[in-house]
Amino acid sequence: MTDTLPRPTGANAAAPGTPGTPAPPRDAQRWDLGTIPVVRTKHWFRWSLAAVVIFALAQFAWSLVTNENYEWDVFAKYFLSEPVLRGLGLTLVFTAVSALAGFLLGTVIALARLSKSPLLNSAAWLYIWFFRSVPLVVQLVVWYNLGYLYPTLGLGTPFTTDFWIVEFPTVQLISAFAAGVLGLSLHQAAYSAEIIRGGLLSVDQGQLEAAASLGIPPRRRLTRIVLPQAMRSIVPNATNEVIGLVKGTSVLFVIAIPELFYAVQVIYNRNSRVIPLLLVAVVWYTLVTTILSIAQYYIERHYARGSVRVLPPTPVQRARAWISRQWARLGDAPSPVPAAGSGGVA
Amino acid sequence: MSTTGLVEIHNVHKSYGGVEVLGGIDLTIAPGEVVAILGASGSGKSTLLRTINHLETVDAGSVTVDGEFIGYEQRGGKLHELHEREVLARRTQIGIVFQNFNLFPHLTALENVTEAPVALGRLSKEDARELALGLLERVGLADKVQHYPRQLSGGQQQRVAIARALALKPKVILFDEPTSALDPELVGEVLDVIRDLAQLGTTLVIVTHEIGFAREVADRVVFLDGGRVIEQGPAADVLERPQHPRVQEFLAKVLS
Repeated sequence: MTDTLPRPTGANAAAPGTPGTPAPPRDAQRWDLGTIPVVRTKHWFRWSLAAVVIFALAQFAWSLVTNENYEWDVFAKYFLSEPVLRGLGLTLVFTAVSALAGFLLGTVIALARLSKSPLLNSAAWLYIWFFRSVPLVVQLVVWYNLGYLYPTLGLGTPFTTDFWIVEFPTVQLISAFAAGVLGLSLHQAAYSAEIIRGGLLSVDQGQLEAAASLGIPPRRRLTRIVLPQAMRSIVPNATNEVIGLVKGTSVLFVIAIPELFYAVQVIYNRNSRVIPLLLVAVVWYTLVTTILSIAQYYIERHYARGSVRVLPPTPVQRARAWISRQWARLGDAPSPVPAAGSGGVA
Repeated sequence: MSTTGLVEIHNVHKSYGGVEVLGGIDLTIAPGEVVAILGASGSGKSTLLRTINHLETVDAGSVTVDGEFIGYEQRGGKLHELHEREVLARRTQIGIVFQNFNLFPHLTALENVTEAPVALGRLSKEDARELALGLLERVGLADKVQHYPRQLSGGQQQRVAIARALALKPKVILFDEPTSALDPELVGEVLDVIRDLAQLGTTLVIVTHEIGFAREVADRVVFLDGGRVIEQGPAADVLERPQHPRVQEFLAKVLS
């Protein structure tokens, strides 16, 4: 009979003396953890810390609702307002363009840095050194004011200034938008290059040897053998950078580009509702970061193919499994085996 | 017997930072011959093997396969270094099986085998797939084609690696201690596959510590010590009546 008893689950297992539990056998070697109630360890310290955290969160949530200074009505009025959405759009465009350009240029620089040519190698090193040295804000302002340095830009005889095939005034060529994209992309490329180089270096030398011994051409070796493996260490750092870029676009306000933060500033300078409008920006930045984080999870999972024997289920898969389990439990409501006070039998 | 797969190693020298690893090696391996290279660790076995497919360059001397250099071309009394693309193309005549398998972990067993023929444009995806399925069946892994390397045992991984090397139909196959990274009970299954290959007329050069296997499969064994060939000859002769004291010492240690 004891063999057919349901297996006690979780906390219920801690309740001794429930009906149906067999008397513990005397011989210790015959104890069966599946049928005997087990009293779980009490984690007093862990539980009290958890209680403190819950209290702090509850207190904060309560203040969000009761503190009128948050002015949620103002928040709601501006959250989807046209200038805010246009600012958000600009933020996203700058992020996308600069991330793409930055990572493309970064890949080229990383490859140059790893190449056997000492010239390419040093040039790449110098680029990274310079663009990591200059603060992004300074760089943006310099690009914006490039006209003071080179009044015109064009194509002509090298090393002279008297013959031009085409020539444009710099101010016309480099708009605020172009200055923003240039600054962010060049800045981003320096950091991306190091991330990509780190990823490429993390791939085992034996992989390169195997590819070389099979005669796989260099470009395919990079795209099919090395990069997919390097991506495992590139993706987390690269996502960091893209998320950094989303918020980094807020410095574009120094060259008067009405991205999200600038748009919000313009509004609160007019109506003095500083807190709710900053909250508008905070919530939007958080939403964008959330989406990027979810994307990161699935991209990482894609590149984890073959890295572990079995991939763990995604949160969505886990939630689905949980729901279907609960559904099944509802389905056969009168549980055929009235388990020991729990009903938690799968 | 086949007529291709002649390996000629002539007076090869190689040093790493002043330390001599190969000190003048002469060795001719006939087409279809099976040669086992034995020797203590650090004797230069693996380095010698890797000079054959130009994974290592040599400082002096020459290594040719069927009279052709892998990394150079002879023109007007000079050797011209070949461009990487040409080196890669020539290297496909020589397969290599590594001690640590070096399978591509993000590709399935099947994709590992189809990768090179497809990358080199030799076969269409469908033809490569058919070839790979045949090769994987030959090494006894017909039921594992969709597995990733980490889902396979060491012996299975090494058999995939052998199938991968075979996919390019090489004239010479090099084995760099193919069973050294395996649990003892998995060694046999890999040696069985190599034994089958030895029947087929492909030139095999095997660096190994499996003395019994060398004796059974190899036409000739070559003993290396301190970067030099100290003794060579038919497997049975060298392994049963070694002449050189270092070889006697080594065999006594390994077989005890």
